[in-house]
Amino acid sequence: MPQITRRSLAAATAVLLGATALTACGSSDGEAGADSGPVKLTYWAWAPGMDKVAALWNAEHPDIQITVQKQASGDDLVTKIITAAKAHKGPDLVQAEYQALPTLVSNDALADISDEVQGAEKHFAPGVWQQTTFGGDAVYALPQDSGPLMFFYRKDLFEQYGLTVPTTWDQFAETARALKKKAPKKALTTFSANDAGLFAGLSQQAGAKWWTFEGDTWKVGVDDAATKKVTDFWGGLVAEGAVDNQPMYTPAWNNALNTGEQLAWVSAVWAPGVLTTAAPDTKGKWAMAPLPQWSAGENATGSWGGSSTAVTTDSKHKAAAAQFATWLNTDPEALAALVKESGIYPAATAAQTSGALAKAPGYFAGQPDFYTEAAEIAKTTAPAAWGPNVNVAYTAFKDEFGKAAKAKTAAAFGEALAAVQDTTVNDLTKQGFEVAK
Amino acid sequence: MTQPPKGARRAYGARTAPYAHPSPTTALERARSAPYFFLLPAAVLFLLFFALPIGYAVWLSFHKVEIKGLGLGKGAKSEVWAGLENYASALTDSEFLASSLRVLGYGAIVVPVMLGLALLFALLLDSQRVRGRSFARLAIFLPYAVPGVIAAVLWGFLYLPDVSPFHHLLEKAGLPQPDLMDGGPLYLAMSNIAVWGGTGFNMIVIYTALRALPAEVYEAAKLDGCSELQIALRIKIPMVVPSLVLTFFFSIIATLQVFNEPMTLKPLTNGIPSTWSPLMKVYNDAFTGGNIHAASATAVVLALATFALSFALLRISNRRTTQGASR
Repeated sequence: MPQITRRSLAAATAVLLGATALTACGSSDGEAGADSGPVKLTYWAWAPGMDKVAALWNAEHPDIQITVQKQASGDDLVTKIITAAKAHKGPDLVQAEYQALPTLVSNDALADISDEVQGAEKHFAPGVWQQTTFGGDAVYALPQDSGPLMFFYRKDLFEQYGLTVPTTWDQFAETARALKKKAPKKALTTFSANDAGLFAGLSQQAGAKWWTFEGDTWKVGVDDAATKKVTDFWGGLVAEGAVDNQPMYTPAWNNALNTGEQLAWVSAVWAPGVLTTAAPDTKGKWAMAPLPQWSAGENATGSWGGSSTAVTTDSKHKAAAAQFATWLNTDPEALAALVKESGIYPAATAAQTSGALAKAPGYFAGQPDFYTEAAEIAKTTAPAAWGPNVNVAYTAFKDEFGKAAKAKTAAAFGEALAAVQDTTVNDLTKQGFEVAK
Repeated sequence: MTQPPKGARRAYGARTAPYAHPSPTTALERARSAPYFFLLPAAVLFLLFFALPIGYAVWLSFHKVEIKGLGLGKGAKSEVWAGLENYASALTDSEFLASSLRVLGYGAIVVPVMLGLALLFALLLDSQRVRGRSFARLAIFLPYAVPGVIAAVLWGFLYLPDVSPFHHLLEKAGLPQPDLMDGGPLYLAMSNIAVWGGTGFNMIVIYTALRALPAEVYEAAKLDGCSELQIALRIKIPMVVPSLVLTFFFSIIATLQVFNEPMTLKPLTNGIPSTWSPLMKVYNDAFTGGNIHAASATAVVLALATFALSFALLRISNRRTTQGASR
């Protein structure tokens, strides 16, 4: 008897595994029945509470029903979307970061929706809109949130050490040095090699254009004059020890912010959310100022992060999907819900001064006009120029600037930038893109 | 082993004859095909979930993507035959070479230390006068049950100067505080995690082998005047060499495949590049660079290297053990 049981068990297992394999291969969603009944769309997004915002739409639009499928953010989702697009099993809508858009488009994952979203352009700042069109006629996504860069600092500690809030980068360096003199164990901030997004934003502010194209040829300008200026500036500060050289988003960094070991953070409008978890003991002690400028009287900022809503090439209902994307990112009701449920900073300019953003975040209680100021800063966002291998450049940045931050010499920073440029150009060439030398 | 007399076998066959099928040829055929039938589920699973993916990876490694124009939009990318191009670039890639060297350095620390400790603990647990044996065995084994990622996070917190209690104590005592997340000490820090996590498993394998040795051997040795230490060195260790060889292979393979620990520690420090280990290089190519073809080629190279290394070492150890036996 035991043999029989074992045999049947093995057979059952085999059948079961085989069945799983088969279903995994052929899980075609019943697209045949899509013509009858309401249009059903799936939406891959990571913003928290997106399902609640979609529920508002679903209640008003019985003929177009959205299902939100929660995803991991960032690079993981990019990989997943590309894989899904290859298998032609993509969802209808995806949330995508701006810098990932060219990568997704070059993998033929995103549809051109310029016909479907005519008239949406006026809702957004030109620098933001440009990131979804790459400066051409096609529109690959609608901007959802943006992350204009600002200067966040500990108001109480700035007063304690008699520091002034810098308005130019020269003053920023002076402030960092003054602090080091008064409190050698503290630092104004850190140069972090583990997030290329901030460095990209800072370079944007200086006027960098990392990826541009002419005809069929890409041009990589990671080592352009503007970026070199930014690199030299931060490399110099690290080399002389005026700022720290350790990465952000580590337990050590949280500790430094929480204990006031670091007094400031160059970050984006979403910084208050990060501070709640990173520095829980500092509530109400922070203030925000515009990003320091390269020369007095200038008025520009870069952006760090931010995402968009895109329609995929696999979608059978592109018009309906584009209609939802337009509603989600331009309708006042939708944007108010996004601010409330997802905690995003909307890209649509009208929403940046709407009632939903009337109250300053708790960590900036001393600054009641936080969002009015933020909206003013957001208007000055310099355009960004992304290309089809941003990921490669970002990884190279982490590796090369990690080495430079370790070496703590200005020369190492210069070499790191050159290495990032080389890696990026070589990768594009290797992938078969035409690249201008 | 005493062989049964030849007649006994025939008698056995004769006894079963009445139960056999009336037609002897079909019965024979069925008996011949039966093993294949039993093998079928395993074979199907092997083909579906092992051979097929590997075959696909090899297929991918011989292809590449060709780009037309700017590479944006429909039809801009197409898959074409690449021949050995991916392999050529994988083998000449300085990052891949550097990551392989790093892992060899890491393995040179991990494998001897881990196996040495495992053997030592197994011998200690197996000695006569040990108390709290089952508790000690569990305590040494327990870290193996901690997932690699969790272990890396745990140790990462202990290594990071600003949050490490050890750094705090060293600072209080006025002693220098080493940065374990950078340069040379990084190898020690990373090896420490692997040793901490892997010693228990290897110890259990060796310990089980020790327990399986017949007690008579020890008795004889004792009667001949052997001390515990001499028994350990002259009898126990030579007799568990097969287990040591086995654990050695497990360790070599685990070393070549190290991924979780450096990947988890990477965001905490400037000292770990994104291609620290060969597998990280493969991951980076496939999922950050989006170049699945180059990644497949690197993966195939890595697999072949693992095979070659394993077989070469197996050859050497086999020769050694057979020589030892004939002596």
